[in-house]
Amino acid sequence: MKSSASVLLCLLLCGCDEPAPESFAGLGQQVSGFSQVTRDHPLVFPRDHGAHDGFRIEWWYVTANLKDSQGRDWGAQWTLFRSALRPGAETRDWNSPNLWMGHAALTGPGGHRSGETLARGGVGQAGVVAEPFRAWINDWSLQGHEGIAGLQMKAAGEGFRYDLSLRSDRPLVLHGSQGYSEKSGKGQASYYYSQPFYRVSGEVERDGQCIAVTGQAWLDREWSSQPLAAGQTGWDWFSLHLDSGAKLMLFQVRDTGGLPYRAGTWVSPQGEVVALRGDQIQLEALAWNRQEDGRAVPTRWRVRVVEYGVDVRADAVEPRAWMRTRFAYWEGPVRLQGRVGGRGYLEMTGY
Amino acid sequence: MNPLMLTLRALLSHWQRHRVQCFSIFTGLWLATALWTGVQALNTQARSDYARASAVLAGPLQAQLVPREGERFDQALYLQLRQLGWPVAPVLEGRLRFAGEQPVSVRLVGIEPLSLPSTTAVAGVRAADFDLQAFIGTPGQAWVGPDTLRQLGKAVTDQAVSSEGQVLPPFVLKPELAPGVIVVDIGHAQALLQAPGRLSRLLLTGPVEPLPADIAAQLELQPPSDDGGLQRLTESFHLNLTALGLLAFVVGLFIAHAAIGLALEQRRNLIRSLRACGVSLHSLLFGLALELGLFAVLGGLAGVASGYGLAALLLPDFAASLRGLYGAQVGAALHLPAWWWLAGVLVSVLGALLAGVGSVLQAARLPLLALAQPQAWRLAQGRWLRRQRWLAVFLLLVMLGGWQLGQGLVSAFVTVAALLLASALVLPALLDGVLAWAARGRRRPLSQWFIADSRQQLPALSLALMALLLALAASVGVGSMTEGFRKTFVGWLDLRLAADLYVTPRDTAQGEQMYQWLQQQPAAKVVLPGWRVETRLQGWPVQVQGGVDHPAYRSRWPLLEQHAQAWQQLAQGKGVMLSEQLARRLGLGVGDTLALATDGAPPMTVVGVYADYGNPKGHVLVNADWLRKHWPQATLTGLSLDSAPANVPALKAALQQRFALDDSRVVEQSRLKGWSTDVFNRTFAATAALNSLTLGVAGVAMFINLLTLGQSRLGQLAPLWALGVRRRQLVWLSLGQTLMLSSLTVLLAIPVGVLLAWCLVAVVNVQAFGWRLPLYVFPAQLMQLAVLGILTSLLASAWPLWQLARRQPSDLLRQFADEK
Repeated sequence: MKSSASVLLCLLLCGCDEPAPESFAGLGQQVSGFSQVTRDHPLVFPRDHGAHDGFRIEWWYVTANLKDSQGRDWGAQWTLFRSALRPGAETRDWNSPNLWMGHAALTGPGGHRSGETLARGGVGQAGVVAEPFRAWINDWSLQGHEGIAGLQMKAAGEGFRYDLSLRSDRPLVLHGSQGYSEKSGKGQASYYYSQPFYRVSGEVERDGQCIAVTGQAWLDREWSSQPLAAGQTGWDWFSLHLDSGAKLMLFQVRDTGGLPYRAGTWVSPQGEVVALRGDQIQLEALAWNRQEDGRAVPTRWRVRVVEYGVDVRADAVEPRAWMRTRFAYWEGPVRLQGRVGGRGYLEMTGY
Repeated sequence: MNPLMLTLRALLSHWQRHRVQCFSIFTGLWLATALWTGVQALNTQARSDYARASAVLAGPLQAQLVPREGERFDQALYLQLRQLGWPVAPVLEGRLRFAGEQPVSVRLVGIEPLSLPSTTAVAGVRAADFDLQAFIGTPGQAWVGPDTLRQLGKAVTDQAVSSEGQVLPPFVLKPELAPGVIVVDIGHAQALLQAPGRLSRLLLTGPVEPLPADIAAQLELQPPSDDGGLQRLTESFHLNLTALGLLAFVVGLFIAHAAIGLALEQRRNLIRSLRACGVSLHSLLFGLALELGLFAVLGGLAGVASGYGLAALLLPDFAASLRGLYGAQVGAALHLPAWWWLAGVLVSVLGALLAGVGSVLQAARLPLLALAQPQAWRLAQGRWLRRQRWLAVFLLLVMLGGWQLGQGLVSAFVTVAALLLASALVLPALLDGVLAWAARGRRRPLSQWFIADSRQQLPALSLALMALLLALAASVGVGSMTEGFRKTFVGWLDLRLAADLYVTPRDTAQGEQMYQWLQQQPAAKVVLPGWRVETRLQGWPVQVQGGVDHPAYRSRWPLLEQHAQAWQQLAQGKGVMLSEQLARRLGLGVGDTLALATDGAPPMTVVGVYADYGNPKGHVLVNADWLRKHWPQATLTGLSLDSAPANVPALKAALQQRFALDDSRVVEQSRLKGWSTDVFNRTFAATAALNSLTLGVAGVAMFINLLTLGQSRLGQLAPLWALGVRRRQLVWLSLGQTLMLSSLTVLLAIPVGVLLAWCLVAVVNVQAFGWRLPLYVFPAQLMQLAVLGILTSLLASAWPLWQLARRQPSDLLRQFADEK
């Protein structure tokens, strides 16, 4: 459910007279003519790794928790958003309905660096091909081998760069009901699947210094035309690699009018997938941190899924992992402490 | 009442008695400020429009990648650079034509807002704040400034269709957008300009690194300074205008200076009395300075207001000049920043200070008991006269130095300015010398008095005479240049536009069809196709034209310099001809070689240089076959055909019908010539107007000087009257004096003016426009100006003389009673 930037991309399209980006109302807008997400639509691979013309928004999202030889924690994020101005198939010229936006970040000892790049569809400056898999925008790319079992992930921004190899032979995880993931309890939903089992090795570079790293990564794929309900203002999203080998995805969508909508997915070390209901999940913000633009964001959480024995404290590795993009949000790696430890990624929008 | 107020009241009472003097100081400052600020208003407006034009996309200080050959390149290069991580933003530019009674062509700029840096502003909108959905979507938006809409004769709600039948996206009014520009999304631009997949240039939005070799073969980096931009192109034009404005300013200051000096002279008694009554020097000086400041502020305010009016009046011609000469678009309405108004008043204050500080200082040093005597004044002026002479000699040396050693427009102007100032400074001494020489051998008392009194008037009149000299010389110089250019230009145009009909095909395929069709038409006697490629030579935009070998070509292409057998060499593809501007810019002459093609063809010899007036781009003439062989992208851009005059309308109609061409694509010679001469006429209209104004100011200077002088002349004339000279005779004598002095000035102004004209055509024009014109002297024009100059001075002296003729004997008698 890492759609913050895509919401923002929608807002970007609507111009500056629209509601302020903080309201995150963009995804609540009903736009006619786009395809709708339905419950009984089976996902088909490798076709669904590619772009889905007809849907309004879509993203390819990789987060990696890494360690260097000195045992220091690093985090890398690679994101590509597609947003359609209007329904319709991709063209081969500038009149393409698609806009593409890339976000990349490198978090590590000494701080957080982020970058952003934009491109129009149609002319080949950015795009995604399902088979053989390749997603790219300008000089950033996610190149697949054997479908998406292997990925070569590259991006660069001001003062940082990374080149990482990802590998997983485990099956994909379909969230919600066979990939149909509800977002509001009022019918808003998206198609959502992940590959949380990547092992990673490669190199990160900051301020000209190259560092070899290894770790684990999580790929999220999601597409929709209207994933949020009106009144939903932002969300907190967790993707956690537990030391037991289990994977946990949790999110809450905050609502101006009432309780947040929560949902998640439990993936056992053996690969069994269980969809979590809102009442099984408890999320509690423990400590807040003021970001560079003055906004306060919770960077320490207590995360509980009692049924599966999860009660951990999630601390941001770098509390000021602020994405300095056109529409800013918080995204960075977290360390887990509790009965079971681990690492993970946290995204928070709408603060 | 405190002493300062008293002093002020006493000082100001002088103006009540001498209203003309008061008026002349005010007028001097007013005119000086008006002309100067008017010129500055035009320059400011034009510069801000250039800045807007170059800022349509980005800051002026932005490096860009431009094609090595031709005007456009494949957008695959853009994608390749983007995938290599280069921060580049694509731009497609072209001319979009609109049919109509007066066909209009505007600059269409296609931009890609997502790849622009978020802080870059386009027409005042930051790239980050673009309404992307509206701008890049369907139907999109066409951003346009109010001036362009007016030019197109459209309202914002109208739908515009180009002469090619392309429908533009709906207009969106952007007041900050430069005139003559329409901004659309790059996708719309590719469709409108029929250039799918093509780009004109790439803006480099990050640091500059060496290009990869395969891309470097096709694109070259153009550093920000080498933009070939309007600012640089038009710099000389504005410098010309500034120089003219400065001249008018100086002339205006001359008036103010003369009047202030005279006022001080006349107030010596008053000042002496005030000091004797116990007013401190400090209060007195403060009072004088305050008075001067008041004049400056009032004159400045009036000047700035009329400067604005003048600029608004001249702006249409001025804009047409810039459009005709440089293709620069300047809006039809003045939008001046607040600082312009403030600067205008400041300039007036500065001018008043320059004009009056000498007098205030003189007042400070005034020996209290010395009596004011015109003769004493003349003697005091003697030293200054000698100093002036030395200054003039020095300036003449500067002029010679500037002419011999200088390069560039600034040194050309230094030469011209030194010439003008030196001749002005040397004028009083010269007149004095001539009068001294004339005085020799005079025996009759009245003729002795005539000369001696003229000499005595000289210091008071000299500033007005200098102003007259400057204005006349400038008129002669600018007039000769303008007329000379007109003569050269019209002759050149007659040769160049010798065909009867000019056709612009839609594309090369249509052009070739037309060529074949026309050759079968008996009515079309001669058909000459013109092939063209737009490229750059040493970063300078250049049009390469391919012409066929035909006797008609030779007769229509007058050469300034040529090789023996120039046309044969051109026909064989061994020779190339250059326009005069390009030859100067590249530093090439006949016999030099030029490597034009990039496909390894051997360099060609420059076999001829021709005039190409009014073209801001360089121009190269080669053989058409050679061009098509080495530049496959060359397009057939025009056909010219000769026909019997009776057949022209039928031929035109047949062409239009057969090839579905509108009026803008088939043009008769007379219409084309009409446009060209119209551009020319408007080009110099603004200059001519400013020039006549300067002459007018000089006339006013003369008038005011004589007027002020006339009031004090009674003292000199009264003794003559007492000795038995009748009033009528006195009037004739005074008239004769004025006539003599102004005739001598006019006599000197003519050679100075001719010298100035030579400087303008041989030095300034070459530096400013790249062409050298033959020097023409038009005797009729000179006579006209001479008569005008003398008439001005006669007119100026008419009023005082008329007053003198009407003076009652009692007035004249009272002069003796007043002890003056």
